[in-house]
Amino acid sequence: MTFLFFIFAALTLIGGIGVVVNRNPVTSAFSMIVSFLGLAALFIQLNAYLVGVLQVLVYAGAIMVLFLFIIMLLDIPKAENKRFPVFTLGASVVVVVSFVTLVITVITKSGVGTAKLPAIEAQKGPGQSDVHQIGELLFSTYWFPVQIVAVLLLVSTVGVVVLSKRELK
Amino acid sequence: MAIVVKRPKLKWYEHLYLPALAKGLRVTMGHFFKLLSGKTKVTMQYPEEKWDANLPEYYRGAPALVTDEQQRERCVACQLCEFICPPRAITIKPEEIPSEDKWAKVEKRPKTFDINMIRCIYCGLCEEVCPEQAIYLRKDYAITGTSREEMIHDKEKLYEIGGVREGLVNKWNELK
Amino acid sequence: MDWYIILAATIKIVVFVFLVTLPLVAMSVWAERRVSAAIQDRVGPNRVGPAGLLQPVADGIKFLLKEDFTPNHVRKSFYWLAPALTMIPSLLTCAVIPFGSQLFGEKMVIADLDVGPLFVFAVASLTVYGIVLAGWASNSKYPFLGSVRSTSQMISYEISLGLSIVPLLMIYGELNLGRIVMEQAQNGWALLPLWGEGLSVKGWLLAIPLFISFIVFTTSMFAETNRLPFDLPECETELVAGYHTEYSSMKFALFFLGEYAAMIIGSGLAVTLFFGGWSLPFGWLTPESIDAEVPFWHGLIHIGVFFAKVILFIIFFIAVRWTLPRFRYDQLMKLGWVVFFELALANVILTALLLMWLK
Repeated sequence: MTFLFFIFAALTLIGGIGVVVNRNPVTSAFSMIVSFLGLAALFIQLNAYLVGVLQVLVYAGAIMVLFLFIIMLLDIPKAENKRFPVFTLGASVVVVVSFVTLVITVITKSGVGTAKLPAIEAQKGPGQSDVHQIGELLFSTYWFPVQIVAVLLLVSTVGVVVLSKRELK
Repeated sequence: MAIVVKRPKLKWYEHLYLPALAKGLRVTMGHFFKLLSGKTKVTMQYPEEKWDANLPEYYRGAPALVTDEQQRERCVACQLCEFICPPRAITIKPEEIPSEDKWAKVEKRPKTFDINMIRCIYCGLCEEVCPEQAIYLRKDYAITGTSREEMIHDKEKLYEIGGVREGLVNKWNELK
Repeated sequence: MDWYIILAATIKIVVFVFLVTLPLVAMSVWAERRVSAAIQDRVGPNRVGPAGLLQPVADGIKFLLKEDFTPNHVRKSFYWLAPALTMIPSLLTCAVIPFGSQLFGEKMVIADLDVGPLFVFAVASLTVYGIVLAGWASNSKYPFLGSVRSTSQMISYEISLGLSIVPLLMIYGELNLGRIVMEQAQNGWALLPLWGEGLSVKGWLLAIPLFISFIVFTTSMFAETNRLPFDLPECETELVAGYHTEYSSMKFALFFLGEYAAMIIGSGLAVTLFFGGWSLPFGWLTPESIDAEVPFWHGLIHIGVFFAKVILFIIFFIAVRWTLPRFRYDQLMKLGWVVFFELALANVILTALLLMWLK
C-alpha cells in the first residue's frame, strides 16, 4: 500500500503549492481543500480514522466553507503582480529559514529511517477503536487541557457576539 | 393604512408542528390510497379513451365541405365564407361552369378551396354565412400535421372530412 | 488474500453503488412523480414502459441529448467541477452503510469503519462545495444568492444533524454502524424497543431521547438535502432556480440527481440508526453475533429488508414534500439555530443523566 501513500502525499503537496502559487483566491482556497483531503487520507492510512475523518469534517467541511464564503462575498480581486513590501519579504524569509532549520534539526537528531517506532495494531471489537481510546485519554488524563480549550472557545464565541452586536446599543 | 394581521394564539402542542404534520399526512396519504384503490375518478387517458361519443350536436370542430345525397358539390363559390372568415383561413379560386354543362345555371363552382387549419379558429362563421349550406363544422378536432403544407386542407380533403349531407338546397332545384 | 479483499470490495462497490443506488436514484424520481400525482388525484407519467417505469430512462436520454450550453460569462473550470462535486460525495457516503448482514461470509458493507456516522457527516459536508462553486462560478446574481442561501442552510443544519445522533452513539457506545445494527437486531430497534433487552424500563426510558434525536435528525436531514419544506435554495419568484440557474442538460441533471442521491443516503442512514438497518423485527432470523455464520438465504432476506425500509423512508420523504408548505427563510434559520441546536444539546444531557441514573 506504499503507492497510496505516495499518491496522497503528492496530492497534499500539490495542494499546498497550489495555495501559494495561485493568484485567484478561490483557486487557492480549493487547493487548500485538496491538501486537507490528502492529509486526511494519510491519517487514515496510519489507522488514525478519527483524526482523518475529523480533518475532513472540521477543516475541509466547515472551516474552508466559511473561508470560501468570505472570499466570495467580499469578492477579493486577483492578486496583482506587484512587488512585495520589504517587511513582508523579510518576514517570509525569516519564517522559511527558521522552518527549514527546524525540519533539518528534527531529521538529523531523531534518526528518521533508522529509528523504529512501535507498530500500531488496528484493534477491533467494541471499546477498542481509536475513538474510544482518544475519548478515554481526553476525559481522564487530559481533562484539564480539554476544559481550558472549552473555556477558550466559549470566550471567543462571546467575544464574537459582543463584537457583532455592538452597533445595536 | 397598514393592516395588522391578527395571528392565532397557538397551544403548546400546536407549536410542536408534529400533530399538524400527522394531520397533513393523513389527508395526503388518504388521497394516495384512495387513488391506488381506484376510488378516485381520474382524468381520461386521451389517445385510448375519447370523449367522441359524447360530443354535443353543436360541437365546432374542423370546417369541411359537404356534398348532397347525389355526390354533387354544394358550394357555389360565392366567397362569402372567405370574406367573413376572421383569421382569413379560407382561400377560394372560383371557376365558371361552362355553358354546355347540364348545371350551367349554377354559374360558379370552386376551382380550389383551401382552408388553412393553422389559422382557423373554429368560430363557425363560415357555416353560419353559407347560403347553400355547403360548409359545416364537423366533429373532428385532432387536426395534426408535420408541416405547414400538410395543415392546409384542400378541396379533396375537405370533402373527405365533410361527407354527405342531405337536405334542401336551392341550386339543384330546376324550378328555381 | 489481498486480491481477494480487493475483488470483494470491487464487487460490493459496483453492485451496491452502481447497480442498486444509482437506479434507485432514478426510480425515486419516478416515484416522486407518481406519488405526488396520486396524492393530487392525478395519474402521473405512465406512458414509457409498464406503469411508466422506463420514464427515468427516457429522462436520462433527454438530458444527455439536450444542448450542453456553457454561458460566456462563467468561470469555466469551476463551472464544470461543481455538478460533479455535488454528486460524488453523495455516492461516497454509500461506503459505510451496512446494507445487509452477510453473504458468503462477507460482510455486506463496503468499508467497515469504526467511525461510520462521522464519515458520513464528513463526506456529506463536502457537498456544500458543489453548491458554493455552482453559485460563484455561474457569475450571475440569482445563482449566487441561491448558493449563499443554500450553503448557510446546510452549514446551520449540519450542526444539529451531528448533535442529534450523539445520544444514540452514547447509548450504544459504538461508532461502527454494523455493530449498531447488530445491537438493534438483538435488543430492539432504537425507536421500537419491543424485544430482547429493549423490553425493559431502561429500554423504554432510553427511547425518549432517541425519539427526540430521531425528530431532530430527520428534520435536519430534510434541510440538508434541500427538500421541502426546506427547499429555500430554489425559489422561482425570488431566485429563479437558485444555484443551478445557469446549468443545462446533464450538468443540471447531476445537481438534480445529487439531491435524490443525498436523500437516499439520508434514508439509509436513518434506517440504519433508528430502524435497525437490515434486521427484521422481534429478532427474527437474527444471527447470534456479529461474526456468526449467516445462511445464504438469510443474508438475501436481510438485504431485501434493508432496501424495503429505505424505500418506505423515501416514500415518507416524498409524502412530506407534498404535504407541507415551505418555511420562510428566517423561520428556517430560527428553527435550526434556536430550536434544534438547543434541543439536540439538551437531549445529549438528558441521555447522559438517564444513562448515569440507570447504570
